[in-house]
Amino acid sequence: MNRIIYLDNAATTRLNPKVLDSMLPYLKESYGNPSSIHFLGRENKKAIDKAREQVAKSLNAQFNEIFFTGGGSESDNWAIKGVAFANESKGKHIITTNIEHHAVLHTCKYLEKYGFEITYLPVKSNGIIDIEDLKKAIREDTILISVMFANNEIGTIQPIKEIGEIAREKGIYFHTDAVQAIGHIPIDVKELNIDLLSLSAHKFNGPKGVGVLYIKSGVNILSMIHGGGQERGKRAGTENVAGIVGLGEAIEIATKDIEKKSKYLITLRDRTIKELINRIPDTILNGDPKKRLPGNINVCFKYIEGESILLMLDMKGLAASSGSACTSGSLKPSHVLLAIGLPHEIAHGSLRLTLSEETTDKDMEYLLEVLPPIVENLRKMSPLIKNK
Amino acid sequence: MEEYSKKVMDHFFNPRNVGVIEDADAIGEVGNPVCGDIMKMYLKIKDNVITEIKFQTFGCGAAVATSSMVTEMVKGKTLEQALEITNKNVAEALDGLPPIKMHCSNLAESAIKAAIDDYRKKNDHRK
Ligand SMILES: Cc1ncc(COP(=O)(O)O)c(C=O)c1O
Ligand code: FES
Repeated sequence: MNRIIYLDNAATTRLNPKVLDSMLPYLKESYGNPSSIHFLGRENKKAIDKAREQVAKSLNAQFNEIFFTGGGSESDNWAIKGVAFANESKGKHIITTNIEHHAVLHTCKYLEKYGFEITYLPVKSNGIIDIEDLKKAIREDTILISVMFANNEIGTIQPIKEIGEIAREKGIYFHTDAVQAIGHIPIDVKELNIDLLSLSAHKFNGPKGVGVLYIKSGVNILSMIHGGGQERGKRAGTENVAGIVGLGEAIEIATKDIEKKSKYLITLRDRTIKELINRIPDTILNGDPKKRLPGNINVCFKYIEGESILLMLDMKGLAASSGSACTSGSLKPSHVLLAIGLPHEIAHGSLRLTLSEETTDKDMEYLLEVLPPIVENLRKMSPLIKNK
Repeated sequence: MEEYSKKVMDHFFNPRNVGVIEDADAIGEVGNPVCGDIMKMYLKIKDNVITEIKFQTFGCGAAVATSSMVTEMVKGKTLEQALEITNKNVAEALDGLPPIKMHCSNLAESAIKAAIDDYRKKNDHRK
């Protein structure tokens, strides 16, 4: 069994070989510090500027609105803490959702210790917020709305445009964690009225440990790291040049033919979901059937537990993930699955399959062949199912 | 993630004594308060000795492997001997568990205890 089928692209993606090639010079012969005056320095500065231009173009942002960071978590931390502490004289209320990534949720929890009040909007059973809830939650002292573009577990896409309009009308900053969305759905920060946006290179075939915070010009935000004047004084430290170059290249490639890519993925995704439900009894699709990331499948198989499914799939060369308590490290089931109203024991049997444009029909056929007997065998072992 | 030992994987992929005993003399069912998993043990007991045992588990790889291992460990033992088996013994017999998975082995120990409790309640001859 040498077959490898990688269905965990929401966790991270394979580095595109073209991206790697673009990075190599900056790990080898072009080793200058971008802040240096000499030719090696200038060459590196140019490389960063090119990447900044590539990112700006992909988001329809301005060159000087792009700030490189150490990844998605850092961008989320910076956006939320940076806006909160810079604007606390105006108010200390922040609105977010209860399905955000922990990089947002734990940052908000941290702010609560400093007297900020956070409203965690619930989501409907399809994983999408009710825009009326958002309107009702807005107060005089609301300074920031942070709602993720697309969810990393169930793939649901939030009504970002409507949120952006409401935020602009009320004069509240709007941040979105677009880590899962970039390169998979077209994003225009101007059209969507986004003030701050987080992204991370390794989710669109770029390198790990490098990301971006888009900060619309005029947004009042604190600096992330104090030190040398890098990133216009807002995020000091000698730049991760190779990483930044790779991010630039990756975002350009990823946003180039989103339409074609997503059409392919949506077809593959929907067919696979249909077949899973057909072939495996007591299967539930989590999240919205349509308003979801093109490559995201998230299902629950009743009566069984996710880690066991993953181990069995692993044996067959399939890499996937689960929101089961047993796989979570914290031993709590996924907060996202609980937020959409699943009981603990059903959340336990969740399986997330995240496809990429490299995923083929054949891969899905193979999955559909091996998965039903795995579920059946685990159910035979389950005390929750009677007479089977 | 930390890897499971070869023995854990063996017991996970080829669990011993899975299933139900319809006319069991004792049944023990326990839930894991940590992660919400469930384990059920069915025992046949003759002359104070566990002659047959089967389990059902709703849980992770470690939970399945510890259930399987504990059934092998207690089969043919007297109730007193079975009660002496601790979760640590079970984990050791599997060549260890990742630290975060140690709690799963509690389930195996408590399921056996629960089953024997059940048996003693039903057959309290000392009265
Ligand atoms: C929605 C979302 N936000 C933030 C992050 C964190 O990104 P990074 O791993 O680059 O810090 C992730 C990735 O796990 C994510 O999926
Ligand atoms: S039984 Fe849930 S983590 Fe092992």
